[in-house]
Amino acid sequence: MSDPASMDFEIPARPEYLSLVRALVVEAAEMDTNLSHERVEDFKVAVSEATTNAIEAHARACRDESIQIRCKITEDRLEFHITDRGFGFYPDQIQVLPEPDDPSRLNFERGLGIYLMRVLSDDVEIKSGPDGTQVCLAIHLSGNNSDS
Amino acid sequence: MDFSVTVASHGRWEVLTVTGEIDMATAPRFRQRLLAVISAGVQNVVIDLSGVDFIDSTGLGVLMGAAKRVRSTGGDIRLVMSGSRLAELIELTRLDRVLDVFDSISAATEESEA
Repeated sequence: MSDPASMDFEIPARPEYLSLVRALVVEAAEMDTNLSHERVEDFKVAVSEATTNAIEAHARACRDESIQIRCKITEDRLEFHITDRGFGFYPDQIQVLPEPDDPSRLNFERGLGIYLMRVLSDDVEIKSGPDGTQVCLAIHLSGNNSDS
Repeated sequence: MDFSVTVASHGRWEVLTVTGEIDMATAPRFRQRLLAVISAGVQNVVIDLSGVDFIDSTGLGVLMGAAKRVRSTGGDIRLVMSGSRLAELIELTRLDRVLDVFDSISAATEESEA
């Protein structure tokens, strides 16, 4: 896989397209045959979480535009860039959830998405502003795997 | 596998068997079925996720919401998952500390009846 490849997709900002995005992740990841099934499954969750957030951002902003998805494959990384045109948010100001053994933890049905992106990807970059959010998720390909 | 939820009684437990993927697209249907069972007065709920291929934070949120509702009335809720991927995700999010996880329906229901 010596030639970097970049592919751009647009999906309607609707939940029924999430499974299509996950299929894209699997297809892209399978170009590196040394990537373990577990790593692909982890990355699939991370990309799905970012896309879910993008769809929700468009719903909140009442935007009917598509979500932009760029898949980039380089020699040592598989990247997914998910870009929305929502109102944006401040990643550092996300509410800290109670500890899991705190009974009040069950009061928070949301808030796990960004956590999952961070723990299931090797690199996460979030740029957000009033005109939207771009999330770049990456996993390292064979030779640089941080398999757990 | 298409998303589906079926409900069956196992002794004093009501078992919801879920198949397919639980994400933002299917979570509303999952939540609706769960709430219908809980609203009917069922206090002991088992959710069998062994046939679930994928779950994300939206699906985990539905589980947490259901656990809160069931426990607020003195009931109990238990999860069944034979697939290691889901169990790993539950552990990763440390939800195994607030949700009881079993590897089979019989294990989830037998223990309570002992």
